[in-house]
Amino acid sequence: MTGVWVAVLVTAAGCYALKLTGLVVPKGVLSNPRVRRFAELVPIALLAALVAVQSFAAGQSLTIDPARLAGLGAAVVALLLRAPFLVVIVVAAGTAAVLRALGVA
Amino acid sequence: MTDIDDRPVQRARVRPVRDGVALGLAVGVSGVAFGAAAVGSGMTVAQACVLSLLAFTGASQFALAGAVAGGAGLIGGVAGAILLGSRNALYGLRLADLLPRRGIRRMVAAQGVIDETTAVTLAQPDVAAARLGFLATFVTIYLTWNLTTLLGAFGAGRLGSPQALGIDVVGPAAFLALIWPRLRAGRTERAVGLAGAAIALATTPFLPTGMPVILAATAAVAGALLSPRPDSPQPGSPRPEVP
Repeated sequence: MTGVWVAVLVTAAGCYALKLTGLVVPKGVLSNPRVRRFAELVPIALLAALVAVQSFAAGQSLTIDPARLAGLGAAVVALLLRAPFLVVIVVAAGTAAVLRALGVA
Repeated sequence: MTDIDDRPVQRARVRPVRDGVALGLAVGVSGVAFGAAAVGSGMTVAQACVLSLLAFTGASQFALAGAVAGGAGLIGGVAGAILLGSRNALYGLRLADLLPRRGIRRMVAAQGVIDETTAVTLAQPDVAAARLGFLATFVTIYLTWNLTTLLGAFGAGRLGSPQALGIDVVGPAAFLALIWPRLRAGRTERAVGLAGAAIALATTPFLPTGMPVILAATAAVAGALLSPRPDSPQPGSPRPEVP
């Protein structure tokens, strides 16, 4: 539990430091187009990796959880229908919950 | 559009505040999803709330919650969460001229440098309106996000097992919703997303938990080297999502 507290505080400190850096750093330091592009693309790479890992991995092993995948599928449908963020989340969790309650998956 | 309002100064004050409050409320309520996901992954209510209060940037917070759920690999989880916050530094660069330039006010303003405040601030016609828009968005979203984090964290703890409620799907669904608009931005974005996912899955059996996600950042390095210009004509424009 202490470890989680340390993780929470270090993450908070790191995130704040990054926000402050942008306001403090002299202009031009980050003006390199490749650096800017990297900062744009980093969230995409990491978030896609997180989607993949949290969908298919349990620790170091790869697994398939049908209810979880069905929930994600429902999220994709909701996103294609341009549903707002919270609706996407509720649809995804609700689909997995209903399938598990029914014992289908 | 005809402008029949003869009080342009007052109008100029109303619009940024209205925009900021509306966006802040709409996005801030997503804190309920984070609170539920955090507690569902094993964090305490207090840890979820402190993270929302101090980190205050959604993707990083969801990422850390996911790492906690994984059990091991907290160091990798922390590194990934911080890396996800790196775009806020770029937002800060663009906002530096519009926000307080020194002292405690700059320190406070820094906490508000996120996707949504950047979007509203940069959309305003002048510095005064920009500052007002920043303040309205920051205050609204900060209050809403933290209040709903508390609600979600409490609710998830009371309602039953996270697995039965499908809380384990909240994290991945949230990440998917966060990258969705970015994936539509161009081919490079989609390629980087696919490569990031593939790298993480391929290395999961061989690396400590958390590290595969960090390694996925190499996809962004490759994307930046191969395609330094965005495919779409709005470089660096933030899109409202969650903080």
